[in-house]
Amino acid sequence: MTKRFSVIGQPLPKIDAWGKVIGETRYTDDLVLPRMAFGKLLRSPHAHARIRGMDTTRARAVPGVYAVITGADLPRVKFGILPVSQDEEALCTDKVRMVGDAVGAVAAVDEETADRACRLIEVDYEPLPALMSIQESLAHPEVRIHEYGDGPNVHKNVALQFGDVEAAFAAADLVREDVFFYEGNTHLPMEQHAAVAHATADGKLTLWSSTQTPHYVHRLLAKILDMPAAHIRVIAAPVGGGFGGKLDPFAHEIAACRLSQLIGRPVKIACTREEVFYIHRGRHPVLMWIKTGFTRAGDITGCHLKTWLDGGAYGSYGVASTFYTGVINPVTYKMPVYKFEGARIFTNKPPCGPKRGHGTPQPRFALEVQLDKAAEQLGLDPADMRRRILVEPFTKTANHLTVTTIGLGECIDKVVDASGWRDKASRYRAAAEVETRKPLWQPRRRRGVGIACSSYMTGAGTAIYWNSMPHSGVVLRADRSGGVTVLCGATDIGQGSDSILAYLVAEVLGLDPKDVHVHPADTSLTPVDLGSYSSRVTLMCGQAAIQASERLRAAIFKAVAARLGVDAATLAARDRKVGVPDDWDKAVDFAQAVELGEAMHGVLAFAGSYAPPKRAGKYKGGGVGPSPCYSYSACVVELSVDEDTGEVELHDVWIAHDIGRALNPLLVEGQVEGSVYMGIGEAVMEAQVFRKNVHKAPSMLEYKSPTTLETPEIHTMLVETDDPEGPFGAKEAGQGPLLPVMPAIANAIYQAVGVRVDEIPITAEKVLKGLELKRQGKTARVGPDRVPLFTFKQPLVVESAFGAPADAIAVRPFADDGS
Amino acid sequence: MNIRISLSVNGESCELLVPVHKTLLEVLREDLDLIGTKHGCELGECGTCTVLVDGAPVLSCIALPADLQEREITTVEGMADGARLHPLQQAFAELGAAQCGYCTPGILLTAKALLADDPAPTRQRIREALAGNLCRCTGYTKILDAVELAALRTTSDSPTVGRRSPAEAPRREI
Repeated sequence: MTKRFSVIGQPLPKIDAWGKVIGETRYTDDLVLPRMAFGKLLRSPHAHARIRGMDTTRARAVPGVYAVITGADLPRVKFGILPVSQDEEALCTDKVRMVGDAVGAVAAVDEETADRACRLIEVDYEPLPALMSIQESLAHPEVRIHEYGDGPNVHKNVALQFGDVEAAFAAADLVREDVFFYEGNTHLPMEQHAAVAHATADGKLTLWSSTQTPHYVHRLLAKILDMPAAHIRVIAAPVGGGFGGKLDPFAHEIAACRLSQLIGRPVKIACTREEVFYIHRGRHPVLMWIKTGFTRAGDITGCHLKTWLDGGAYGSYGVASTFYTGVINPVTYKMPVYKFEGARIFTNKPPCGPKRGHGTPQPRFALEVQLDKAAEQLGLDPADMRRRILVEPFTKTANHLTVTTIGLGECIDKVVDASGWRDKASRYRAAAEVETRKPLWQPRRRRGVGIACSSYMTGAGTAIYWNSMPHSGVVLRADRSGGVTVLCGATDIGQGSDSILAYLVAEVLGLDPKDVHVHPADTSLTPVDLGSYSSRVTLMCGQAAIQASERLRAAIFKAVAARLGVDAATLAARDRKVGVPDDWDKAVDFAQAVELGEAMHGVLAFAGSYAPPKRAGKYKGGGVGPSPCYSYSACVVELSVDEDTGEVELHDVWIAHDIGRALNPLLVEGQVEGSVYMGIGEAVMEAQVFRKNVHKAPSMLEYKSPTTLETPEIHTMLVETDDPEGPFGAKEAGQGPLLPVMPAIANAIYQAVGVRVDEIPITAEKVLKGLELKRQGKTARVGPDRVPLFTFKQPLVVESAFGAPADAIAVRPFADDGS
Repeated sequence: MNIRISLSVNGESCELLVPVHKTLLEVLREDLDLIGTKHGCELGECGTCTVLVDGAPVLSCIALPADLQEREITTVEGMADGARLHPLQQAFAELGAAQCGYCTPGILLTAKALLADDPAPTRQRIREALAGNLCRCTGYTKILDAVELAALRTTSDSPTVGRRSPAEAPRREI
């Protein structure tokens, strides 16, 4: 069947672009309400301390102060984004666990007064030993950061085994064991977190926040404030960048709510940039041990991965993060048997959580660099080797994940061709063998190209709290003007979810996206969408929007068919008209069609719902990893390395991404380019690290991230596989393309100068150290060489599902029959 | 201590009584309701708060209004000519150069100063001019493309040249 699109596939501007280019978009900090007070939080200067007492007398006495609160002014209840990790307090009562933990809050006439009063809150701390690394936390079980978990300072300990890995290694021609470390880094959205709370005299509460998950904030606020959720309204204002950093409920949101309730005025709390570094929830530092067996031809016989995550002071999304360091790797290459052991360790640092790629960039780095090393040992081209071991479409992985379409082969072909890989790889490799002969005053630079691939999920198959309800919902209302209104809980964090909703509705109804009015992310108005995380929004909200649009279209067609005296099945909607394609002169305007529809049915409002297919593996832990479909990316990086300084200069990045279908190629390219950019920052520049318990670089001046000058030309190519699970075949674009960048850079550096830096970020200092080792005739490798003494759980042994065909028909709740 | 100042912003002059240490960024946002200028880093590093003073980019988070009296200040709200968008604004919207949009006003103004100085800059020149403006969403690609497009349109006197319009794009089939 041939289907033509009028909106889908077009490089249209985003519907909110116009407001953004004229500076009209109102982010949370831009909201000003009459009589609004300004709040500030007092944060702990200690990484670990008991709170012996607090005195707010002096703070309260400051003129212009409306209220001062501590944890005693909030219900004594702990919370956390995951039901299994309820370990946070908005304002700590008995203990602080990191520098930056909030202990008190002030509302005052202005920010300056609030800040001054905050400093007058007296806190009597009894400092406790601070544990600042995985090693320290494991070495000191007598110091307990939390009283819960899978052992002293062990938040989570997981072990899963699919098939017999030892037998797989015995059958291999080459078995490699490698150790890697991936340092933590942070999201660094341009917008600092902010919240405006307005408790009204009727006992209700409205919160505007820069959040990616208004629904979860709504649910948790009811628990934290001990009030009915029905009386709370959470609105996500347009978010100035999220990347996973605005996914938890935060102290400033809760304090703003409580303060507003106490003083009867709206309260705004806008975090400073330094506070945002401590709020964090970013990339986990992960130490990894990976053992993989290969045949002479390059096939993987089996893989065993161990990961240790430095979780920071709280649970956050950490249990999911721990699983994600293990469960997504088998989705890319044929891996018949697989064993994964992971542990998340508490430390006295800001909590880590989900950053773009959530838990998967670290093991992806390990796997792709190890593949490169294996390819060299086996005498295989790293691109060809990857090309031949790709997962088969519509099969299951060892760990029971269902792969639908996979366009990775085409992605590899595209980046290999576009980058001139074959020519360059051999040329640069040959050049690396020759010693540079240049006068000392001339820079000695060597070029290299590196390749890596990746895959990522298009939406988590399970919600954060167990339920059988839709993950996304849309309510669509047509009005007599010919316009259509979309209500959807989706949160636009810059990725363009509002626009995607408008495009999909316009496509189904034959309208222009301009005719579609999108009202997102307001818990009082919009059906629930779980939030902007796990690359789920385009697919899940998209399917809900299509379902609602088709229901509206069916109602309108029925009325138009009656008017025209034709069969409704012969009707089409396009160019703002509804009619029979072969008799288009008689087509009626969409606005008139709506009137006919309203006359026949009453108000035209229809709902659409989406929940992912039920495909979770039937074992404990099988709920993390399943996704309706997976996106794939292949990446080639060309760079040069200065042999005297170790400095790495990136020249070009070629990236091909299996997007399923590009609903708007401009937006997809934007997501891919942004992902590549963020991956570059992680690979060579960014690190969230600590000295004497405090953040080493808590400002944009000290925390280095790429500017226009460090960002190379990014050449994006899209591959369309038309996935049956996606809206018009679309998969995700916002996270997957970040993953191959770091290993591709590492592999290119090795090709250029023969140095292996098995550690992220790859700084000039580390490259230089490798070059020095090389000059001394030692192994030119920089990276970790030992793993902690740690006992993982007895693994849960499950039969490998590798190669089994995908279930013919996945049960997708709420789907329309036969549509 | 409050001081009385007079500022000229986007061609309109105003008299204000503000604390002496209040930054230009705060005065623009809080006293003049010009919320298009954003807080980014609070220490003059990220470029998000960029405005133009007599046509040159200035970081408003570390500028004091008292120093800028009798100078012409331009914010993003002053870029459009009435309802007609500046070619840079048009190009940024069309090419997807604004994702979250938070850094966009600062980048637009920096680019405006660049085009005033060099109407047909090379890509490298654009990179250099925008090196003080961080964007965490776009990878800069679409921003560079948009500045190039705006420059092309301005120098060729044709507002629609280079537009990747829906009508021109090929219809796709499955």
